Amino acid sequence: MSRQQQERDPQGGSAIRLENLSKQYPNSPHPAVDNVSLDIEPGEFVVFLGPSGCGKTTLLKMVNRIYEPTGGKIWIDKTEVHELAAPQLRRQIGYVIQQTGLFPHMRIADNVATVPRLLKWKKARINRRVEELLDLVGLPPESYARRYPAQLSGGEQQRVGLARALAAEPSTMLMDEPFGALDAITRNRLQEELLRIHRQIKQTILFVTHDIDEAVRLADRIVVLRQGKVEQFATPLEIISNPANDFVAELVGAEDVLRRMSLIPIASAATAINGQRNVDDPTISGSSFLRDAIGTMVETGSERLSVVDEDGHPVKSLTMEDIQQAVSTSDAEENASERRATSASD
Amino acid sequence: MDTLREVLEFYRERPDEVLELAWMHTELSLIALAIGTAIFVPLGILFARWTAGGSAAVGVVASLRVIPSIALIFLFYPLLGFGYQPALVALTILAGPPLILNTYAGMRQVDASVLEAARGVGMNPAQVFFKVHLPLALPVIIAGMRSASVEIFASATLASFIGVRTLGQYIVTGISLLDTTYLLAGGLLIVALVLSAEIILGGFERLVRVPAA
Ligand SMILES: Nc1ncnc2c1ncn2[C@@H]1O[C@H](COP(=O)(O)OP(=O)(O)OP(=O)(O)O)[C@@H](O)[C@H]1O
Ligand SMILES: [Mg+2]
Repeated sequence: MSRQQQERDPQGGSAIRLENLSKQYPNSPHPAVDNVSLDIEPGEFVVFLGPSGCGKTTLLKMVNRIYEPTGGKIWIDKTEVHELAAPQLRRQIGYVIQQTGLFPHMRIADNVATVPRLLKWKKARINRRVEELLDLVGLPPESYARRYPAQLSGGEQQRVGLARALAAEPSTMLMDEPFGALDAITRNRLQEELLRIHRQIKQTILFVTHDIDEAVRLADRIVVLRQGKVEQFATPLEIISNPANDFVAELVGAEDVLRRMSLIPIASAATAINGQRNVDDPTISGSSFLRDAIGTMVETGSERLSVVDEDGHPVKSLTMEDIQQAVSTSDAEENASERRATSASD
Repeated sequence: MDTLREVLEFYRERPDEVLELAWMHTELSLIALAIGTAIFVPLGILFARWTAGGSAAVGVVASLRVIPSIALIFLFYPLLGFGYQPALVALTILAGPPLILNTYAGMRQVDASVLEAARGVGMNPAQVFFKVHLPLALPVIIAGMRSASVEIFASATLASFIGVRTLGQYIVTGISLLDTTYLLAGGLLIVALVLSAEIILGGFERLVRVPAA
């Protein structure tokens, strides 16, 4: 987008490994996190999804040692998090929370400069970095750097929180419902920008939400949690089309046909062009999803679309039948009839 | 109008003495405020950090507030006797409740998520305290200093009853001679000092206040 983004090399993320991780609060009958083991790839965007109280926040905050585990280990690359002093560890991990936690007595620029200052960067480097970051999150430094948090909207404050977390180029980011308090439009825009930043920098992101649409939109893989245990750890498509059990199916609304269609790529449903192709068929990009195809069909009134590649050349065709076929295949995989019977009984 | 002219005449007759008493009044008050701040602000911070007993301790302090300053001054008379030291001790103690209560409230009122974020970005405990927690509590602490200074400046008047030279001198004389000019001359200056202390500390308070929308 802007100058600074070409300057910096994408630096990639850390591999994170949770090993039999548990947290038992005192005076609590059940562990909040119960023997969780996960292998997270470098640069992966992992979303923790689950109902309120299932342990998402507890799990996340053990990674930067806001909470201490009662059992198990957390590895970030080759380092177990307890090998470092907590402040040193945290300066290497970006941290964004729903309440933003911005320092209300500091200007936006000073908020963003917090971690570089703790790391004793040179002044000129800090100033450059702050400008670059405010640009990156869409807050022009000229008009935002000198303001205070209370003088910003909720969405703008959350952008500052994101910039502060990104400041020292952490290879891991922890985000606890960062967009939970925002209206739908602002949330969408920020999700979009987070994805753009992630594509560019490729840090490893652990992101907590209880919003399934947010999870599906952002995640490379989703961890479904229930009472501190992992129910399923898989890609969004896998989770929606092949939920591990009834709990997951109900949580993610696997019966929701539109949601499923928003995850199935057109490429996997379209068929080779045969004789029926008509030059007047409306076109659709091969990189979009079945849901977009339905939209185009309804808009244009055509039951057949011409699937085009990046250069606009028709490569395949897609009919209503193809779509039904693709959706019912994923239906079969998830044993939908059985699930509907159980969910109808409650 | 006549009384006002008499008061001005009173000041004109003895400018050196008026200035001296005003200065001694101010000095005694400022020393009491300084000592009080040095003792009671840290105490309030300790109470705020003391999860188990803090609020009970603060409750006790709040109830001590009902002891009137005049009682305090004379309570110390049999203990510490006449003169400057007992007056200073009494005035310092007077600053205790407002300073402790405001410091406690100021520290406790800071948003937990802001403190968690401070730890979360990698500040060590001292950095969390000095860069975030204390600055955010400061306006409330200074408001406490403001009410403490009002009490101290007003009560320094009473020190003259146990032999310390402050503007209370004119009140003591005014009462014994039944002379309203003395009473007014002293009273006006005391009010002026109290108001200046209030205004100056109010200015500091605005200076450190967290900017709002
Ligand atoms: N500091 C604490 N002390 C004791 N119990 C706690 C503490 N924090 C959380 N818990 C308990 O641990 C469990 C998990 O809480 P956690 O905050 O991790 O849930 P969550 O998945 O983040 O929920 P939400 O979506 O509502 O934020 C809950 O039962 C909660 O009551
Ligand atoms: Mg939570």
